[in-house]
Amino acid sequence: MFNSLQDRLQDTFDKLRGKGRLTEDDITVAMREIRLALLEADVNFRVVKKFVADCKEQCLATDVLDSLTPAQNVIRVVLDELTGLLGSTESSLALAPNRKPNVIMLVGLQGSGKTTAAAKLAYLLKGQGRHPLLAACDVYRPAAADQLETLGREVGVPVFRGDGKDPVAIAQGAVARAGEEGADVVIVDTAGRLQIDEAMMAEAVAIKRAVRPDQVLMVVDAMTGQDLVNVVTEFSEKTDFDGVIMSKLDGDARGGGALSVRAVTGKPIKFVSMGERPDSLEVFHPDRMAKRILGMGDVVGIIEQAEALADEEQMRDAERMLNEGFTMDDMLKQMASIRKLGGVGKILSMLPGGERMMGQLPQGIDEGVVTRMEAMIRSMTPEERNRPKIINGMRRARIAKGSGRSVQEVNQLIRQWDEMNRMMGKLRSLQNSGKLNPRAMKSMMQSMQEGRPPQGGNRAQRRMQARKGKRR
Amino acid sequence: MAFIDRLKRGLSRSRETLNEILYFGGEVGEDFWEDLEDTLVLGDMGADVAIAVTDDLRDMAARKGLRTDRQLRSALARRIAAEFATADVDPFDENPSCVLFVGINGAGKTTTVGKLANAGRDAGRRVIIGCGDTFRAAALEQLDVWAKRADVPIISRPRGADPASVCYDVLEEGALRGSDLVLIDTAGRLHTSQDLMRELAKVVGVTRKKATMPVHVVLVVDATTGQNGLSQAKEFHSALELDGLIVTKLDGTAKGGIAVAISSQLGLPIFRIGVGESIEDFERFDALEFATALVDGSAS
Repeated sequence: MFNSLQDRLQDTFDKLRGKGRLTEDDITVAMREIRLALLEADVNFRVVKKFVADCKEQCLATDVLDSLTPAQNVIRVVLDELTGLLGSTESSLALAPNRKPNVIMLVGLQGSGKTTAAAKLAYLLKGQGRHPLLAACDVYRPAAADQLETLGREVGVPVFRGDGKDPVAIAQGAVARAGEEGADVVIVDTAGRLQIDEAMMAEAVAIKRAVRPDQVLMVVDAMTGQDLVNVVTEFSEKTDFDGVIMSKLDGDARGGGALSVRAVTGKPIKFVSMGERPDSLEVFHPDRMAKRILGMGDVVGIIEQAEALADEEQMRDAERMLNEGFTMDDMLKQMASIRKLGGVGKILSMLPGGERMMGQLPQGIDEGVVTRMEAMIRSMTPEERNRPKIINGMRRARIAKGSGRSVQEVNQLIRQWDEMNRMMGKLRSLQNSGKLNPRAMKSMMQSMQEGRPPQGGNRAQRRMQARKGKRR
Repeated sequence: MAFIDRLKRGLSRSRETLNEILYFGGEVGEDFWEDLEDTLVLGDMGADVAIAVTDDLRDMAARKGLRTDRQLRSALARRIAAEFATADVDPFDENPSCVLFVGINGAGKTTTVGKLANAGRDAGRRVIIGCGDTFRAAALEQLDVWAKRADVPIISRPRGADPASVCYDVLEEGALRGSDLVLIDTAGRLHTSQDLMRELAKVVGVTRKKATMPVHVVLVVDATTGQNGLSQAKEFHSALELDGLIVTKLDGTAKGGIAVAISSQLGLPIFRIGVGESIEDFERFDALEFATALVDGSAS
C-alpha cells in the first residue's frame, strides 16, 4: 500500500506536468501529497510541516506560477528546498592536521551499527593512507570486543581492548598506545545506549572528555521512525556530536531520518553505509540524495563508481573493443562488473526513473539473467568466444546442452552480443571524452533487460516493450 | 489488511462528513484532534492511518456522545487494541516447541534469544540454543555468553558454516538431550537482499523438515523502526511464513506504532515485548496497554 517517496512525488509531478498553468489549488494538492510522502518516509512531522510551508510559499510566488513550465519550476523549488534541508555543502571528516593521533568517537543507540561502521571507517581511512587503531570501548554487550577484533583483522587494522572493563580507561589506553602501534588515528567504538539512560549518557561524556576527539560521529539507522528526533536531540545536547553516519541505507528505507537530523540538530550527515562489505561506507552528497528522493536519479554516483572500478587493464580492453570489436569474453567481463556494481537492480535504481521502471516489471528484476548468460558463455570454446560469428546451429545446440539452457536462450545471447557489438560503434564517440556516458549506460541496461528469457517474442516486439516502458 | 483498507475507505467518507461533525461541541476542541493526529504520527502509526483513525474517532464521538479527552483517548485505545491479531498458541508456552528468530541487522535477535532462554529455563523447560548466525563477527561468542548466563547448552559451527546445518545439529542434539524448547538465532539481514532471504528460507525449510516438534518463525522488530517496518515484515512474511512478532527496545521513547500496522495487516500476533536491559526484561504483550501508550500524548 505504501509507494516509495520517489513514486509518490513523481505521480504528483506527473499530474502537474500535464497542466499548462497551475492554480493555487493545484499547488495545495501537490503539497498535500508531498506532506504525506515525507511522513511515510519517516521525516519528522514537525520538519515536514515547516518544509511544506516553505515550499508552498515559494511555489506561490508569481514567477513560478506564471512561467511557461510551472510544473518544472515546482520540482525545482522542492528539489532546492530538499537539498537545503539535507545540508547545502558536502562535509567531510575534519581532523586536526597537527595532532597525533587524531581521535574519532562513535556513539549511537543499540543496534544502529556502530561496530560495523567503526571497521568501515577504519578501512576508509586506511585507503587514504592513514594508520587507524580501533578502541573497543563497548564493555557491556557480550563479545562486542571480539566482534571488533574480528572485523579489525579483516580490514587489517589493530584493535585495542585494554582491560575490557572501564570504557574511559580503554579509550585513554588506546590513545596512549597509538604511537607504539604506529597508528595516527584512533577510532573509539562505544556501547549502544538509550538517550534517556542518564548513567550511560554520562559515560559517553566522560569518554569524550578523556580523549577529546577531533570528531564525534553519531551512527543512525536509516530505518528509524519519528522517535529519531528525540534521540538525536538528546545525543546532540549531551555529546555534541559533529556529524552523522547513516547506516543500513542499502535497504528500501527511504531514509527520511536524514532530513530530520539535519533540520533538528543542524549537524550534517557525513557518511552513508550501504552494505555488509567493509568498502560500503560512502561520503554523503546532499544534492544527490535529494535528487534520488525526487526520482531524478543518481547518475553522477554511478559514473563515479564505475570509474573507480575501471582499472587500467579494463581501459586497454575498452580500446581494443572499440578497434577490433567485442568478443564473448568481453561480455563475460561486463557481467562481472555489473556484479561488482551491485547487480542489475542496484544500477537501475540509481538511474533516473529506474525505481519506477523496476516497480513496473511484473516479477521484479531477475538478477539470475546475469548468471545464466555467464553459464552459456562459459560453455563456448575459446574460438567461439573470440569469433561468435562461427557459432552455427550445431554449436548452439552444444552450448545449450553444456550450460543447461535452451537453444532459444543461446540465440538470444548471440543476438545480444550482436547488438552490443553494434553499440560499440556508438561508444566510439565517447573514447575522446574519456568518460562513460550515462545515456550509453542506460541503453546498455535496457539491452540487459531485454536479455530476459524470451517468451517467443521477436526483437521488434521487445523493442516496442522497452519503448513503452520508457514512455511511462 | 481489512483494517487499513477500511480505514482508507472511511477516510474519504469521513472527509465529506467532516463539516457536519465540526460543530461537535463538548469539552474538546479542534486542538485536541490535531494533537491526537500528531501523537499518532509521532508514535510511528503512519500518516495515512493516523488521519483515518482520527477522523473515524470523530465519527464515533459524535455518535456515542464521547466528550472528554480521557473518554476519547480510551475509546481510541480500545479500538486500536482490537486491531492486533491474537495468538492461538504461544510458542514459548507450547511444549515441546522450536522457535527461529529472524529480522534485520541490529533488531536485537541475539539478545532476545539469550533472555528468552533464561526465561524458559526459569520456567522449568529444557532449553537448547542454536547459533544460526554464522556470518556476523563474534555473533557466536555473544550468544555463548548468554547461554552461560542462562546456563543452557548451545550448538554452533564455525563462522562461515552453512547456517542450515546448525539447525540440523541443534535439533539432533536436542532430541538426544530431550530438550523441549529449541531457540535458534539467525544472522540479521536486510529484507531487500534476495540472496540472503533465500538462504534464510532454506534455514527455515531445513528446520521445519527436520523438527519433530512444532516450529515457529518469529520476526524481531526494533520499536524505533519507522514506516519501513511494514515493508520488512511483508518481505520476511512472504519468504518465510512468519508466526508472529517480538517488539524490542520499548524501554526507550519510541512507541512502536508500526507494530499495529504489521500485526493487523499481516495477521501476526505479538508474542513478547522487550522493555529493558536486564535478563528478565521480557514481557507478555498486552494489546490495550500498548495501545494506551500509543494514544497517550503526555509522554511526547
